[in-house]
This record gives sequence, C-alpha cells and structure tokens, in this order.
Amino acid sequence: MRYVTVFILSMIFWLLITFKFTIPNIAAGAVASAITAAIFGRYYFYNVYKFLQPRRWLWFVVYLVTFIWACIKANFDVAYRVLHPAMPIKPGIVKVKTTLRSEFARTLLANSITMTPGTITVDIIGDEMYIHWIYIRSEDPALYTRMITGRFEEYIKKFAE
Amino acid sequence: MNDMAAIILISVGVLFNIFGCIGLIRLPDMYNRLQAATKCVTLGCCSILLGVLVHFGIGSAGFRALVAIPILFFTATVAAHALARGAYHFGTKMDKRSVKDDYREAVK
Repeated sequence: MRYVTVFILSMIFWLLITFKFTIPNIAAGAVASAITAAIFGRYYFYNVYKFLQPRRWLWFVVYLVTFIWACIKANFDVAYRVLHPAMPIKPGIVKVKTTLRSEFARTLLANSITMTPGTITVDIIGDEMYIHWIYIRSEDPALYTRMITGRFEEYIKKFAE
Repeated sequence: MNDMAAIILISVGVLFNIFGCIGLIRLPDMYNRLQAATKCVTLGCCSILLGVLVHFGIGSAGFRALVAIPILFFTATVAAHALARGAYHFGTKMDKRSVKDDYREAVK
C-alpha cells in the first residue's frame, strides 16, 4: 500500500512537471515512478489510510495558511534586522523539547521552524531540538518553547501524527 | 493587468533577494548569515516563480513554476539545517554577541 502511494504521488508530480499527456510520456512517467516507489517506498507513509480522513486535510490547510503567514513575517523580520543601522541581533542556540513522535511530523516541524522569523533548526537529538535564534527574546525555557514551536506543533500533531 | 501583477511579483522577489544578499555581507557569523540566506532568498525566489506563473498563465511553464515552489521550500530548509549542523561540528565559532549555546553540551 505504501509503495502504491509513493507511485501515485510521483506520477502526479511527473505529469505536472512535463505537462504532456501523450502515451509515450505517460509510459515513461510510469516506469520512472515505479522505480522511485521500489527504491524509496519503504521510507514513507507508515499509515497511508490517514490520507483518507478529511479532518486531517482541514488541519493541513489551517497549517498551510499559518505557515505562509509566518514566512512572510520572517522575511520582513530579516529585512528589518539587515537594513537597520545598528543591526539588532542577540543570537544564540536554545534547546526546545518536542512532543511529536513520528519522524515525518518532526521533519515538518523542523522545516516550519526554519522558515519562521529568526529561527533555524540546527539538530534534533532524541526529543530535543537545537535551534539557532537570531534575537533571543526570553530566558525562560517554557516561554521560548511556546514562542518558537507556537501553533505549528499543535496543528502538525492534528494532521500528521 | 496580468503583466502588471507579474512585474510587481517579480520586483518584490528581486527586492527580497537583494535584502538577503545584503544580509550575507552585513551579518557577523555563519549562522546569522544562514538566516538571511534561507529566509529572504527562498521567499524572494517563490515570489519570482509566482510572477512567472502569472505571466505565462496556467500551462506547461506555469505548472513547472508552481511545482518548483514546494521543492524549493523543502530543499532550502534541509540545506540550511545541514549547513548549520556541519558548520557547528566543524568548529565554526559563533559571534561574540551570542548570549546562549545549549548545543555545546549535547555535542560533547
């Protein structure tokens, strides 16, 4: 089942990139997708039936909107720090605990953190994420954990776990 | 109308790319520069790609631009993580203004 999911996703991807609906092109795409699925199928989607639950898709849309908004804010934040004559930075690496269990959810959370204002995920060891922060706003672990992971963690938990 | 929107999107993209490049020069150490490089440059490129989509409309070129956006997001974030981690393990020092380093104990 997992292999089939990867196959279908790669096929959609191929059709979008080539955008040519002739028989030879679709056949070539099928062969390429089959090879991809055979090699990488076992790494992804441990439970494909999650795809069929509409509630998860709803939360995914909520997450996506939050994520895009955070991205845009992040850009203005970096632009402000770069262009400000005094360069207001106070960098450091902080440790943040995550409650997410699955690898996929953790990867998504790490990627989201990297794209949000002022933070980059440096490493994940066990439950702990190490995050470089360009301007440390708080010294209290509970407070900065909430500032960094924010709403992402709860949304990702709802659609990916 | 479409051309106008495309020009605005591409200009915004180029502007943010320039901010990212200024950040690369002005910010003090490797990790801070990475922040400018990933954030500004990624969204700048996405904006340019959206401009391409608006300009060419829904079609072969437009869809390719659209597909490139999620790929760009995933590769840029993973690359930033790999670069930061690699630099830390290689021993790149953090700037003097840094106030905290929780990662040091974990690496030992």
